[in-house]
Amino acid sequence: MGYVAIADRDHEIEHHDPQTFITKYVWSQDHKVIAIQYAGTAIFVGVIALILSAMMRLQLGFPDTFSFINPENYYQFITMHGMIMVIYLLTALFLGGFGNYLIPLMCGSRDMVFPYLNMLSYWVYLLSVIILLISFFVPGGSTGAGWTLYPPQAILPGTPGVEWGILLMLGSLAVFIVAFTMGGLNYVTTVLQARCRGMTLMRMPLSVWGIFIATILGLLAFPALLVSAIMMLLDKTIATSFFMPAISSMGVDPGHTGGSPILFQHLFWFFGHPEVYIVALPAFGIVSDLLSTHARKNIFGYRMMVWAIIAIGGLSFIVWAHHMYVSGMNPYFGFFFATTTLIIAVPTAIKVYNWVLTLWEGNIHLRVPMLFAIAFIFTFIHGGLTGLFLGNVTIDLPLSDTYFVVAHFHMVMGVSPVLVVFGAIYHWWPKITGRMYNETLGKWHFWMTFLGTYSIYLPMHYLGFAGVPRRYFAMGNTDFLPESAQTLNASITLSALFVAATQILFFVNVFWSLRKGPKADPNPWDATTLEWQTPDTPPKHGNWGHDLPECHRWAYDYSVPGYEDDFIPQNVPADVAPVGRDHGVEH
Amino acid sequence: MLATLLGWLLKQSFNTQPWVAEAVDEASYQAPFNARPKLVALTTFLAVATSFFALILSAYSLRMELGDWIPLTEPQLLWVNTGVLVLASVAFQWTRNLAVSGRTSQIKPGLFLAGVLTVAFLVGQLIAWQQLNASGQYMTSNPSNAFFFLLTGIHALHILGGMYVWARATIKTLNGGDAVEVSHSIELCTIYWHFLLLVWLVLFGLMLST
Repeated sequence: MGYVAIADRDHEIEHHDPQTFITKYVWSQDHKVIAIQYAGTAIFVGVIALILSAMMRLQLGFPDTFSFINPENYYQFITMHGMIMVIYLLTALFLGGFGNYLIPLMCGSRDMVFPYLNMLSYWVYLLSVIILLISFFVPGGSTGAGWTLYPPQAILPGTPGVEWGILLMLGSLAVFIVAFTMGGLNYVTTVLQARCRGMTLMRMPLSVWGIFIATILGLLAFPALLVSAIMMLLDKTIATSFFMPAISSMGVDPGHTGGSPILFQHLFWFFGHPEVYIVALPAFGIVSDLLSTHARKNIFGYRMMVWAIIAIGGLSFIVWAHHMYVSGMNPYFGFFFATTTLIIAVPTAIKVYNWVLTLWEGNIHLRVPMLFAIAFIFTFIHGGLTGLFLGNVTIDLPLSDTYFVVAHFHMVMGVSPVLVVFGAIYHWWPKITGRMYNETLGKWHFWMTFLGTYSIYLPMHYLGFAGVPRRYFAMGNTDFLPESAQTLNASITLSALFVAATQILFFVNVFWSLRKGPKADPNPWDATTLEWQTPDTPPKHGNWGHDLPECHRWAYDYSVPGYEDDFIPQNVPADVAPVGRDHGVEH
Repeated sequence: MLATLLGWLLKQSFNTQPWVAEAVDEASYQAPFNARPKLVALTTFLAVATSFFALILSAYSLRMELGDWIPLTEPQLLWVNTGVLVLASVAFQWTRNLAVSGRTSQIKPGLFLAGVLTVAFLVGQLIAWQQLNASGQYMTSNPSNAFFFLLTGIHALHILGGMYVWARATIKTLNGGDAVEVSHSIELCTIYWHFLLLVWLVLFGLMLST
């Protein structure tokens, strides 16, 4: 049987338009609505996590000032802040939000291959978020075990939330993984099977590549978290000894025999490290498209960019133990993991060079999304370089428990992806809503966020070198620290509160645009990718009207010599522009 | 498997010049796999499940090294259960062959047989659990017991998931549903059953040998 693209099959065109409000906006199977549901939920919990970080900063900047912050809830704030930001915000937003919105539109399909499963994925994700939020209100509160949930302390008395919080946390993670798997199967299958005619893999925009590879990483890595969650639940509820050593806790013997906490760390980080790239790869992809579009120049080294994404994805599975140097390990082990860790710098550096070279001699338009994209290059280089320090065992040992690590991972997987999230929202906002946002407000938002986050995290590197320990509720007996360390901490707190408050500008812009924003042009940035070529803005159910698009070229035909406009959309036939001329060849 | 995937990816990118615009023609447009999307999704899911089981097994092998591990003597009943699961796989293969060759009217006995054998396997596993409990071998008695219950339990859950699809296919068959659709879902079930049989053989082999 000859192959018929899914999108070409008749029944796809029958896609019945949903009739009622409920089927259109609530129980929707339309990938665009599901994307917005995912994104809205993720941003909602993200705001909660942002407030939690502000509470932590209040304590750190001004200790002994706020009576409502005690050591127990400080640890709960840390734990929930980390867990929400990494998993429930960034993973869900990049894959569930942008993945859902962009994959079908950029690949030229009508929808995801399994719309019903897609809908289910969102509702199960929402369930996991609800379970997570319930844990704030149960007796004992949410867990305070740290986002890594290391046993034995995570499930022993003395840790906040040991009664219910930890159970709900583990349960919520398990539910999230089920939701992610349903979504992930959809994204992979859609990219592989539902691309429009002419959309070869090597013509896919890098956004799709990043999301695609990140999804594969997630599908293979999340099982590790599921395994550790199940085993820890059993250790907690029926006192098995997968991870729990023979231990006496507060004079009581909980009945465990010689389990291995290190085993948990291996499982956790086998998930935890790819997770960094589950968040980073979509950001890499999206930022490539933003830079190319707003610099009016083809991406430098497209094929290298694709292969760098794949290489980073592959390597991310063999570096996990660099999170465990301080847990103690065979020196040869440490050497191996330090080496693989540093090797990842090679494909990553290729990407950074290519972004910078894309800007080189480009016709750069400093619009809001472009500002965020360029800022990402700064913060990412910054965070990446400190990663080279921490990847080495001997340098990691003294720095591991200090604020240097906090600065490093916030630069590289906190600030950087979030900048891309904002850039991407501003970039696709006109397509998603059909309205423009306020450019001036957007620029204010950008500058205050960018400079603000730098004034939070740059001083943290210094605090780390000075030896300020992380995870501490209060500094206690730390005479070796100069007075100025506390002054710096207070200034960091002020910056953090400032940046948090600045995000109000973003929401003001969103609501202003939804109510009063001017109507957006279907393709305001003169972009080439297919989502900007839809017959309606915002695209209607089924995306493409009657006829599916055909793809005739890659996504980066900007400023092609001999062509009138400075961009050629992917669906413009080849004979319109000179064929096979030396345009856009990697120099 | 990974090598195949990499090779295929290389083929997609090697010698291509993405920056050259070309008209769409039938030759240049090739689907990545000549397969139905559900098959692609199932294959992807099998990769996820493989990762899941492989991780538990690696945890098993690490945990085994520690001092408190006392090897479990598996109930003899597991041999019978293994035989039943093999027969279930055979029944599915038989049904699938009939369905694929268009003889959909004859698939009912095979489909039922596959379902009954699978249920028998699950019941057998439950009895094995009870035998262990009756002899004082509880899940918490020893880490090897804990792993035994965990592995068999998770394997059984995967089978239950498969039974849901089996039930849907059976209902469709009884209602005289579309022959092609029924045949497709039986094909997918068969692959899934073979996979779970393979997983079981690996699990059982490992538990017997340690």
